[in-house]
Amino acid sequence: MAASFGVSSAAVQAVKSSASPLPSPPVIRSEARPISGRINRSRKAGKIATHAVAARTENPASAASKTGHEVLLFEALREGLEEEMERDPRVCIFGEDVGHYGGSYKVSKGLAEKYGDLRVLDTPIAENSFTGMAVGAAMTGLRPVVEGMNMGFLLLAFNQISDNCGMLHYTSGGQFTIPTVIRGPGGVGRQLGAEHSQRLESYFQSIPGIQMVACSTPYNAKGLMKAAIRSENPVVLFEHVLLYNLKERIPDEEYVVSLEEAEMVRPGKHVTILTYSRMRYHVMQAAKTLVNKGYDPEVIDIRSLKPFDLHTIGNSIKKTHKVLIVEECMRTGGIGASLTAAINENFNDYLDAPIVCLSSQDVPTPYAGTLEEVTVVQPPQIVTAVEQLCR
Amino acid sequence: MAQLTRRAAALNKSLPAAILAARGLATASTSPITVETSLPFTAHKIDPPSRSVETSSQELLTFFRDMALMRRMEIAADSLYKAKLIRGFCHLYDGQEAVCVGMEAAINRKDCIITAYRDHCIFLGRGGTLLEAFAELMGRKDGCSKGKGGSMHFYKKEGGFYGGHGIVGAQVPLGCGLAFAQKYSKDESVTFAMYGDGAANQGQLFEALNMAALWDLPAILVCENNHYGMGTAEWRAAKSPAYYKRGDYVPGLKVDGMDALAVKQACKFAKEHALKNGPIILEMDTYRYHGHSMSDPGSTYRTRDEISGVRQERDPIERIRKLVLAHDIATEKELKDTEKEVRKEVDEAIAQAKESPMPDPSELFTNVYVKGLGTESFGADRKEVRTVLP
Repeated sequence: MAASFGVSSAAVQAVKSSASPLPSPPVIRSEARPISGRINRSRKAGKIATHAVAARTENPASAASKTGHEVLLFEALREGLEEEMERDPRVCIFGEDVGHYGGSYKVSKGLAEKYGDLRVLDTPIAENSFTGMAVGAAMTGLRPVVEGMNMGFLLLAFNQISDNCGMLHYTSGGQFTIPTVIRGPGGVGRQLGAEHSQRLESYFQSIPGIQMVACSTPYNAKGLMKAAIRSENPVVLFEHVLLYNLKERIPDEEYVVSLEEAEMVRPGKHVTILTYSRMRYHVMQAAKTLVNKGYDPEVIDIRSLKPFDLHTIGNSIKKTHKVLIVEECMRTGGIGASLTAAINENFNDYLDAPIVCLSSQDVPTPYAGTLEEVTVVQPPQIVTAVEQLCR
Repeated sequence: MAQLTRRAAALNKSLPAAILAARGLATASTSPITVETSLPFTAHKIDPPSRSVETSSQELLTFFRDMALMRRMEIAADSLYKAKLIRGFCHLYDGQEAVCVGMEAAINRKDCIITAYRDHCIFLGRGGTLLEAFAELMGRKDGCSKGKGGSMHFYKKEGGFYGGHGIVGAQVPLGCGLAFAQKYSKDESVTFAMYGDGAANQGQLFEALNMAALWDLPAILVCENNHYGMGTAEWRAAKSPAYYKRGDYVPGLKVDGMDALAVKQACKFAKEHALKNGPIILEMDTYRYHGHSMSDPGSTYRTRDEISGVRQERDPIERIRKLVLAHDIATEKELKDTEKEVRKEVDEAIAQAKESPMPDPSELFTNVYVKGLGTESFGADRKEVRTVLP
């Protein structure tokens, strides 16, 4: 049992009862501006090439961050977490091995020593219950961040996430808000096996009342973490197992990114490629090849999986008239399926060709490396799809 | 506890009845009366509290009135359901009123209560009004959840009532979360997480109990054992129907749930224990007269003799009535008048609720998300203008 349990009740009461929340930091928002200053970044994520494509126009965010500091993605997440915990004593973390162990991906390393065992709570292996506990705590005003050691484990907590997290604000007629953040690594890793390579965004997307975001760079990881913690709505933050060691220079000053905005990775004019999380890097690698072949793809990292940023997406479609969706979740009932429906409903007039959606195969992820590679979308497939679309 | 009756009295428009109620309360003293509970407490890994309960004539009258009100409300809900004004699921609490009323007598509004779907009376006990209850049951906009929750989703934030949950057992981890928050904020209050004998077999209960015991959370798990999990008797569902012992390392207490005073004593004892030592399980031995819900006649898995037997021998309201008469706190006629008053109150509330309009169609989309985030951003509905919090 560690020394400090919880926080002084005075501090918590003060925050609970104050009508206006704590002062906001200067916000550096990503306003559909080209963001990638990829030249600075070195990636260790396997065979994906670095220096995919240079940004077309000036990148103010990147210029501002030349004076920033370099972090790996998991460190960026931790910075975001730590800053929010410092700022608001109601923020706490629940999860397996988040405390003394420091988190299985080191996202909460050092936080238990700093904030104590009650604020960084090592839970037993009981996803259903500790997610339920987080919801109960959130009903009284605390702001728990729940970590699923692997997103796949949160399937055990589906009832709590769907019924209690998502619906309590509605069924109580607005009396209770559930400001929880549910986060964890998901996605197909390196031969982790079927049960540890799940993409839960397709299962959760129907739940009314939650927001879903997927981070892909250290910059947006920290920004999304902070925004998710500050949001009064329950937010599910999807991280990816293979992206934790991405390095990027991020600003020193405090910033938050918008939960509902998509990120313009590479502006272009021939085709709109919509993607998120790890597939962004496959797309950017394919984009390098495409540029060499003379194509000019516009790459958008949709980031917000629920709700979709139809504003940014729509503006892009109006320009290019062709859409390619590249996602890691499975074809059936995936994010791409919903996005296709949403685009068809809203922007049908602007489309010159049917929407092409590249998703993972509808199979449990096999262990064998060669099979696993074929399960997810690879850059050559993206190149072929664009060539066919732009024919 | 007394607040329920006082508010109810305020609603009452008829003057003589108001005077009667006022007189009943005014002349009832708060000087202590000691009553022995009819059954001793059975304890598991703890010393049981004493069988002598301190009460007062005012408290007994309040118990009587509150329970009569709850009973009347549930019977009225039965008629409304049959008249198709209440639809869907309606789980009635009549027979179990003593658990709710006894618990309220032992705690305050800072303590939290969370329960499953048999929540109408607990809502009243926590300060909910009859109008809010009936309007919610009928899906009107004056309901406590604006008509969007229904019978299984009553909540009262100011009263410390956290619902109102449809999925069996899911409220217990939430209850432990409430207790966690109380410990985190050093509130000196406790949480009563209520569940039934059917829910006692849920895994998440044991998970939550483990965590509560591990971190000494002030959580009190209350099993309202009415002996039937819908149509399945407890001995057919549970290998060990001694629910108070199921906590193993967590102490437990078995209480006669039809005796409001025993419940009060147990809850007081449990609150003291939880604040010092962490979780405790209370098993309330109680009974429901209605079936599991209005779709269940309640007689296919138990005999009518059993139901009427319990009603004759163990009915909670009758017990208090006998106590009140035995101690000369009020006459037979006064009690009958209280019941008539209560009936009138309920009827008026129903009439008022019937006049309440259905929710506006735009309410379909409100409260899905909280508008206005803690950051400069768009709302969850992308069409909404950017919001900046002060």
